[in-house]
Amino acid sequence: MRAQRTFVKRQPQLPLPPWVRGLVITLFSISITMLGLLLVTFLIGRVMPIDPVLAVVGERASQEQYDAVFKDLGLDKPLIVQFFYYVSDVLRGDFGQSLLTARPVADDIARVFPATFELATIGILLGCILGVPLGVIAAVRRGSWIDQIARVVALVGYSMPIFWLGLMGLLLFYGILGWVGGPGRQGIFYEDMIPSVTGMILIDSALARDWGAFWDAFSHIILPASLLGYYSLAYISRMTRSFMLEQLSAEYVTTARVKGMSEWAVIWGHAFKNIRVQLITVIALSYANLLEGSVLTEIIFSWPGIGSYITTALLSADMNAVLGGTVVVGLVFICLNVFSDLLYKFFDPRSK
Amino acid sequence: MSYFRKLMATAAMGVAVGVTALPVIAETPANMLVIANRIDDITTLDPAQSFEFAGSDVLRNVYGKLVNFDPNNLDAGYQPDLAESWTVSEDGKTITFTMREGVKFHSGNPVRAEDVAFSLKRVVLLNKTPSFIITQFGFTPENVDETIVVDGNTVSITTDKRYATSFVLNCLTATIGGVVDKELVMANEVDGDMGNTWLATNSAGSGPYSLASWKPKESVTLNANADYYGGAPAMKRVIVRHVQESATQRLMLERGDIDVARDLNPSDVEGVRAAEGVEILEEMRGRLMYIAASQKHPELSKPGVRQALKYLIDYEGMQNSFLKGAYVTHQNFLPKTYLGAVDENPFSLNLDKAKALLAEAGVDGMELTIGVREAQERLEIAQSLQNTFGQAGITVNLEVGTGKQILGKYRARELDIYLGAWGPDYPDPHTNAGTFAYNPDNSDAANATGLLAWRNSWDTGGLTEKTAAAVVEGDRSKRAEMYQGIQAQFRDTSPFAVMFQKVEQAGVADNIEGLNLGGAITAVSYWTVTK
Repeated sequence: MRAQRTFVKRQPQLPLPPWVRGLVITLFSISITMLGLLLVTFLIGRVMPIDPVLAVVGERASQEQYDAVFKDLGLDKPLIVQFFYYVSDVLRGDFGQSLLTARPVADDIARVFPATFELATIGILLGCILGVPLGVIAAVRRGSWIDQIARVVALVGYSMPIFWLGLMGLLLFYGILGWVGGPGRQGIFYEDMIPSVTGMILIDSALARDWGAFWDAFSHIILPASLLGYYSLAYISRMTRSFMLEQLSAEYVTTARVKGMSEWAVIWGHAFKNIRVQLITVIALSYANLLEGSVLTEIIFSWPGIGSYITTALLSADMNAVLGGTVVVGLVFICLNVFSDLLYKFFDPRSK
Repeated sequence: MSYFRKLMATAAMGVAVGVTALPVIAETPANMLVIANRIDDITTLDPAQSFEFAGSDVLRNVYGKLVNFDPNNLDAGYQPDLAESWTVSEDGKTITFTMREGVKFHSGNPVRAEDVAFSLKRVVLLNKTPSFIITQFGFTPENVDETIVVDGNTVSITTDKRYATSFVLNCLTATIGGVVDKELVMANEVDGDMGNTWLATNSAGSGPYSLASWKPKESVTLNANADYYGGAPAMKRVIVRHVQESATQRLMLERGDIDVARDLNPSDVEGVRAAEGVEILEEMRGRLMYIAASQKHPELSKPGVRQALKYLIDYEGMQNSFLKGAYVTHQNFLPKTYLGAVDENPFSLNLDKAKALLAEAGVDGMELTIGVREAQERLEIAQSLQNTFGQAGITVNLEVGTGKQILGKYRARELDIYLGAWGPDYPDPHTNAGTFAYNPDNSDAANATGLLAWRNSWDTGGLTEKTAAAVVEGDRSKRAEMYQGIQAQFRDTSPFAVMFQKVEQAGVADNIEGLNLGGAITAVSYWTVTK
């Protein structure tokens, strides 16, 4: 049978090397995404029925004081002008001043984001290290006791409110057993003792070679990180199981087994290799969720992260802080997407 | 497979050993006070601007004032602090303070009369929200150079008319009366802001503690001032940690990781009472819980309906159930312990009487909206009201929102009924009389959003004049009587139903002594604490 010939209209190409073209296109799409994100957040902030002026002046302010701050915040100008000023400030790296903390938003984010980053990273590592093997084993031993355990573990993770589980964890491991440090990032002995380099106390204390402070920080982070890790584990293990089941029922797996290949090679060498791209998406999404900040976990463990920072700011109409936080979260998502794309190319021969 | 198993086993062992080998320290150091508190309301630590509870707690310990309260004897009223003594002119308008000698700021600079004048003028010129506490005496940016005058070691302030001296001095004990170090503040001035930006996150005081750090929503750390004129505090360091959850605060207290837990809910208070090594410290605070009915509403503006609402509140039921221990019934706008405060609580839940009053007023069922912010105890009060009002044929819809949302509507006179709290701004009866019972111009155009009477469109029926008279009365006991009379009329005629007064119940380790939370009139004092 004669192959059908297809004609593809060639796009006019810029006289640039392919990698530069790729970079330009990526940067362009990132800029458009960020601008859209800023616009939407800005508009939501402005239509919310919360008065940002009251956040500054408080309940007792006179009308004159209220009007002065209304003007100071630029709220007397048309929305489009306010947005234009805001974007031009952001482009200069100036996110403005937070109304609630009396500091530049950039400084606040530099303080709260590392706290979330540290927590989320340990959480996702725990989630992956335990969740992926658990999912694979559950798929391979489908219907066995280990599959049932994995199912229960995931079900509890899905259905148990994090607030309750966090409090119970604190009660057991901190209150009763005394195995871990309490709420907060550090014990009082180490408060303000470690010079801040990265803002991540584990890394900063290691850099300072203060191992007492390191273990103290570790004892504070391990419980909330395990909790977040558990929730990631629940999701990752279920998704891994389902991806693996799909692969294990494929004909190439049967062929491999028929050809006498070892079970290890079939599972890890063939089936698992084929789910890596899907897994990356799942893990990246879980990680992104954790990096947004888990507000309830932060509240229970008095963890000064970006989730509660943005939430408090939103409820108090501290729009500079909300927009600054949103930009950071948006950037995190974009970075993770770009990173996932790179990994796809690495793992998926078709995209090479 | 074996490699994988080894890897997993190593990881599991690592986590297990790491966790079990963690050092846990279960007692705070002997010279350090560690407190768990909600401190997310702090937006600035400039005494000319700060107006929140947690901020007042910090600033009371950091700044000296002309006159101040002695935590060991709050009932004695204002006492000399940075001012050693004062005299009042014959016309009663000028008070001249003589400064205490030898007192130094944390920076080492001497505390001078000039610093006092600068601090008070700064309040007027910056014109931040709490500035009214000072400017209500007639100080304006135009006249401060003539009305606040330094002469050697004395500073004189001249008010626009004669006021009760106790009123002026009580106002100077408020946070805004904090004396700042002029040299240090002006060295950090940016764009003519008189150091406002810098002082938001730094301190320039002469009090028993200096500010080491404020990390928003995380912690406030104070270091003892070894040169404090009243003697170096026993607690060399005070750390106030932001801990949002009551249950978490309780756990930390029972574990010995903190000395004081300031935000325990009633069930955790009961838990702490049963625990060993900790106890509950109770103090009446100044915060009142009240409802107010808009007088723009055709039915609510009828005197009989206003009265009926006061008989439709289950004061006792709420006090003995979900508010147990945290609030006590109090139906007057002056908190207990204030000059002129009264104990009379004539209203109780009385459905028959309420129904009769409503019928007399010609009201046969109506629908009302109560605006309430999203806070547990307030929502519970709102639900109780919904229930009892419903029994008299009044359908209540709750409009629940954030504090800022509901407050915005309240200030715009848009709510039928507002359910909320009010805390006094300074320890003088005028602080509440001047907002609950004072409304010189009830028109929309007056826009007196700071006055509660105006927010509810209430023409006070003569109480405005009585309040204005009480604030200038020089005789203390006569002044107290005047406020008692104002409150009696207020209870009967106003659209406000004051319901409860706050009782703070703090969990405290039993080795802590000398902690004073400030009662109804001031903020917490750390410098008297010993272990």
